[in-house]
Amino acid sequence: MRWMWIDRVVELVPRVRIVAVKTVSLSEEHLHDHFASAPGRAALPLMPASLIVEGVAQSGGILVGHASGFREKVVLAKVSAVDLDADAQPGSTLRYTVEMERYDGAGASTRGTVEVITQGAHGPNPARPIGRVDLLFSHLDRNMAGAVFPEHNFVFSESFRTLLVNSGIAAPFAEPRTD
Amino acid sequence: MTRDDILSKIKEVLVDALGVDEDEVTPEARLTKDLGAESIDFLDITFKLEQVFGFKIPQGELFPESAAQDPQYVADGKVTPKGLTEMKRKLPHIDFSEFEKNPRLADIGNVFTVDVLVNYVERKLGAGAAA
Repeated sequence: MRWMWIDRVVELVPRVRIVAVKTVSLSEEHLHDHFASAPGRAALPLMPASLIVEGVAQSGGILVGHASGFREKVVLAKVSAVDLDADAQPGSTLRYTVEMERYDGAGASTRGTVEVITQGAHGPNPARPIGRVDLLFSHLDRNMAGAVFPEHNFVFSESFRTLLVNSGIAAPFAEPRTD
Repeated sequence: MTRDDILSKIKEVLVDALGVDEDEVTPEARLTKDLGAESIDFLDITFKLEQVFGFKIPQGELFPESAAQDPQYVADGKVTPKGLTEMKRKLPHIDFSEFEKNPRLADIGNVFTVDVLVNYVERKLGAGAAA
């Protein structure tokens, strides 16, 4: 499951909202460098904000893709706004709630909120909002530049299918064309 | 809503979508050449206009849908007379008079000015009021 930056979809209301979670683990290699220790400074492992944006984009991508039965190739076209004002440390869970703002044949815009859930001695603490990520997605085959892409849907790969199946989401994947 | 009111709302949209300064958004400014818009920004602008003005913009109504592959409309890198007629019919808010002197497809972006957006919104709101 390389490059999957969400662990589970916990809610999907078609064309309306998706909620996905990502647990941050100290065993994730990138945390060893972000940030590594330096002379006079201990290591400070934190979930990189760029990968939080990627997680929100994957969540939103599923919401937008689901709306067309995954027929459209949905790509992140623009990061409209990002505002994250706290960090996520190992052992905490990030929760991404992405709502569909606009959807049409050409693409979609979404609004996302990011929350962090830390663990206390007696279970999880209440979710704390740490920011927002607003995105614009494009349906690649309907791009205004008129570029042509391969027929098969290379965006929603096996990794996405596995994630949805394991999340108990009935994913209406379009049958691959055989012609 | 007057044209000035419309322009001032469109300024907000373009400042937000393209990250430009408000004083750059003049009626004559071209979205691509002067304001740096790329193809994906047209979708963003469309969505934001829908939000700000509260109407739905069907695909192909504000900006043309990609017609570059259609040999009826584009040949040898130029928009054909048939293509021009079709665009004028579908996009009455756009002034094609300069473009049609040498209708190179590569220059089509020049017709999309801030004023075109104002024209479109004005027509759209007018049509709504008349309905």
